[in-house]
Amino acid sequence: MSVSAEISSLIEPILQRHAWRPDRLVQILREVQEAVDFISDETAAHLAEALKIPYAQVHSTRDFYAFFYRENRGRYRVLFSDNITDRMAGNQALFEHMAKRLKLERGKVSDDGLVSIDYCSCTGMCDQGPAILVNNRAITRMTLRRVDEICDLIRGQVPLDKWPAEFFRVDDNIRRADMLLGTPHEPGKAVRAAIARGRDGMLAEMKLSNLRGRGGAGFTTAVKWEACRNAPATPRYIVCNADEGEPGTFKDRVLLQSYAGRVFEGMVIAAWTVGASHGFLYLRGEYLYLLQPLEAYLAGMRAAGLLGRDIGGVAGFDFDIEIHLGAGAYICGEETALIESLEGKAGRPRVRPPFPVTSGYMGKPTVVNNVETLCKVTEIAINGGAWYEAIGTKQSTGTKILSVAGDCARPGLYEYAFGVRIAQVLEDCGAQEAIAVQVSGASGVCLSEREFGRRIAFEDVPTAGSFMIFGKQRDLFEVARNFAHFFAHESCGFCTPCRVGTVLMKEIMDKIAEGRGTQYEMNELLRLQQVLKPGSHCGLGQTAGNAVADTVQKFRPAYERRLAETDFVPAFDLDAALSRARELAGRDDAAAHLGEEA
Amino acid sequence: MNAPMNPRKLRITTTSLSGCFGCHMSFLDIDERLLELAALVEFDRSPITDIKHCSQHCDLALVEGGVCNAENVHVLRELRANAKILVAFGACAVNGGLPAQRNHLDVGQCLSQVYRTPDGSATAIPDDPELPLLLDKVYPVNEVVRVDYFLPGCPPSADTIWKFLTDLLTGRTPRIEHPLLKFD
Amino acid sequence: MSETSNANSFSIDGQRIPFTPGQTILQAALAAGVYIPHLCHHPDLKPHGSCKLCTVIVNGRNGSACTQMAMPGIEVENNSPTLNDRRRVLLQMLFVEGNHFCPGCEKSGNCQLQALAYDLEMLAPHFRHAYPVRPIDTTHPDVWLDLNRCIMCELCVRASRDIDGKNVFALAGRGVDSHIVVNSPSGRLGDSALSIDDAAVHVCPVGAIMVKRVGYAVPIGERQFDEQPISRQVDYLAARHIPIVPVAATEER
Repeated sequence: MSVSAEISSLIEPILQRHAWRPDRLVQILREVQEAVDFISDETAAHLAEALKIPYAQVHSTRDFYAFFYRENRGRYRVLFSDNITDRMAGNQALFEHMAKRLKLERGKVSDDGLVSIDYCSCTGMCDQGPAILVNNRAITRMTLRRVDEICDLIRGQVPLDKWPAEFFRVDDNIRRADMLLGTPHEPGKAVRAAIARGRDGMLAEMKLSNLRGRGGAGFTTAVKWEACRNAPATPRYIVCNADEGEPGTFKDRVLLQSYAGRVFEGMVIAAWTVGASHGFLYLRGEYLYLLQPLEAYLAGMRAAGLLGRDIGGVAGFDFDIEIHLGAGAYICGEETALIESLEGKAGRPRVRPPFPVTSGYMGKPTVVNNVETLCKVTEIAINGGAWYEAIGTKQSTGTKILSVAGDCARPGLYEYAFGVRIAQVLEDCGAQEAIAVQVSGASGVCLSEREFGRRIAFEDVPTAGSFMIFGKQRDLFEVARNFAHFFAHESCGFCTPCRVGTVLMKEIMDKIAEGRGTQYEMNELLRLQQVLKPGSHCGLGQTAGNAVADTVQKFRPAYERRLAETDFVPAFDLDAALSRARELAGRDDAAAHLGEEA
Repeated sequence: MNAPMNPRKLRITTTSLSGCFGCHMSFLDIDERLLELAALVEFDRSPITDIKHCSQHCDLALVEGGVCNAENVHVLRELRANAKILVAFGACAVNGGLPAQRNHLDVGQCLSQVYRTPDGSATAIPDDPELPLLLDKVYPVNEVVRVDYFLPGCPPSADTIWKFLTDLLTGRTPRIEHPLLKFD
Repeated sequence: MSETSNANSFSIDGQRIPFTPGQTILQAALAAGVYIPHLCHHPDLKPHGSCKLCTVIVNGRNGSACTQMAMPGIEVENNSPTLNDRRRVLLQMLFVEGNHFCPGCEKSGNCQLQALAYDLEMLAPHFRHAYPVRPIDTTHPDVWLDLNRCIMCELCVRASRDIDGKNVFALAGRGVDSHIVVNSPSGRLGDSALSIDDAAVHVCPVGAIMVKRVGYAVPIGERQFDEQPISRQVDYLAARHIPIVPVAATEER
């Protein structure tokens, strides 16, 4: 049970860089996997001994994250983003093509240990899909031709950084810019403005602005900041939640790619206001390509005196930011799960209360804000809360960025003042024949045509930003089934209703898809939703059945046309259940088969 | 017990699929209450009567045992087709029970092991169409046909069975609770 | 003002429950002799809130009674048909998720999962059985681990960490693949630091962690939940303390 000298020598510098700190375990595992392709039990044991933590703790963390592998998955690990928008853009045909070209089965590594292919959850490239990840590097705009080229590169064992740069191009696709996306950034201006307002003054402006969190829940940011500021313990932490995992959302990716200054300055202002000394950007693993530019940006800010010691020339205002990467776990977008992950553990949501503002990272007061929220903070610092409060609606002030994808002529980012009608967005992006819009991602709400007059606002249709459009050719049952699979895959497993309920829901959706569902299964879906929604530990389980419940209500015929013409269908395929015995007995007579019905 | 309003005797059919007949034995354990029952019901297809097939209109089917092979499926379907009410009778019918302990094994390995030649050199799995083929797992009854009532227990005690039947025969929704409700 | 708005009391289903600050709803309820179904709670361990059996409605909002603090004047709905229906579904989920075969399980009669199912009159697991393939670990001289019966309550994880100071167990994996792993280089129980005296051995509410060589020393019919349903054993649930040493184990040792 020990690792080879070669592996040990590759791991050592990683451990050293992280100072053998067990709370860096997720980061260490990520880098170890990058260096040695997978984390075997031997490697895990080696890490446990080096970090002086239980073996079980390393196993527990490794096995939780989808992007960590216990067994060799090849030197090239290809993952096809499997959001419904990727499906609509034909990702399954591309997957099949690659599987055929490389002679691979889903999830299996090639005989020579070179390559494996599989599906993964939405990678946040919905406006330029179908997208894939190769060793966590995003490749957009996949076509059959691009699949062929990639197969050749893999077979030729060409290192990833020698692949054509065009493959890795990620566009911003900003289609409608308003106060955030349309205003030029002047580095340091917001931080200086906040400092000039004083800590109390900045908090007062935040209160005036009535800014609410852009991550979906819509909690008032000033209330969060004030609670953290009033918490007696120190140090305090500012965490930027860039674990943008909600299917269909990609606005944070653009903000971090082209507006990083605002995100980081928003963190500095938050630190100034609440008295925090340390910040984290928790970046989803799918956005690995942003790591280097963001690190470079942070270095520039340090050089400009916007990070580090005595920021803005204020003696004692010390604050710095480090970037942590996720590893394929949607649940880490939940703020307490995110904090667990920052601490090097599996991302299982904590019991609340206590809330992070009093007991967050390492048990210390912690503010967790969404990327977009922090950008808005810079606007308030510069222009003041009263100015900000005048934009949008009474309960939803300011502007909101929508990530528009699916059946429309111009997918991309659209920034509107809150209160914009769904129909307006559809008109602007060129979606003439929409029959449904899924707002706020898989966990959000499915709106049908008759609801297109509703408005994007916390008091009407709240959203974290995802806006997926479905045209008349689309089948809303398959949309809901895609989401059901997503939640079963992403449930953390902590609480009973979500761990089991999401899987049961997925299985029932599959049964209906196979034409084996009946009215009984329809009732079962709603029965499960009645337990998932009120009974789950966190937002994941509470919202996991929403898309199914919405589509059952609004697109019922999409389900009904699949139902069997009977009142009962067995839970499993009886004839298939006989196949193994049939084969071994070498029989194919009539008695060796079973039909669906008596 | 009060006589039901319908003077016609209720027709009961019973069977044991992948079970041990323990539930049937427990049924017989209602002892002298059998006489009371006999005044109200008559038995159709059942190990008790040795009638081989259901008549078309049974009122009640008691199904003991899980579903382990093709024959079980046929028998179960016959009972379901001919009975108004079908009861999953005992632990195996409810969740596969002890026969389902094979469910974590590959059925192919089971067969190869069982049908190895005495010297272990080869396997000879019979291909006689008379022999029912094994399903890959042992399944509960409700995963194969619609079930109206569940009566758990290994076996359900005579008192539990009696409570269940008397509830049913007098038109009450059967209710089994502590201490009659047992899974073992 | 009604009695329930007293500074040191609240109500459950209209009944007045006194509490001391710092008590959870569940702790206060059990101390007052009021039963709230639960599986992942144990009086000696920190609240966890994962099984969700104890979900109650507090002033109109759903919450776990085991993690939510008792507050003056709150109104708690507990023993209602809606909540008990949901609890029955949760039990059915736990039954189909693992391999729970009571007739062959030595824990029968002492098992909280089974006792809850009896009490809530769960007649069948209802959903499609997963029949998962899960390991059994018999490598320890005194204790065996049968993950077929594990319900992921993490009581053993918490007891080993917080009482025994050993971290013998951890929950690994994600979602439906969640499973308990053992802390030893081989991953086997026999190579771990577990000892029969550990609280972690005696805290399992189901038959996943069992002491060897005590099989059926207490006859079926004379076990903890045979005489009275679990809902009428509130004093036992509130006062049990680790180790819950099996009767026969004390005799043997």
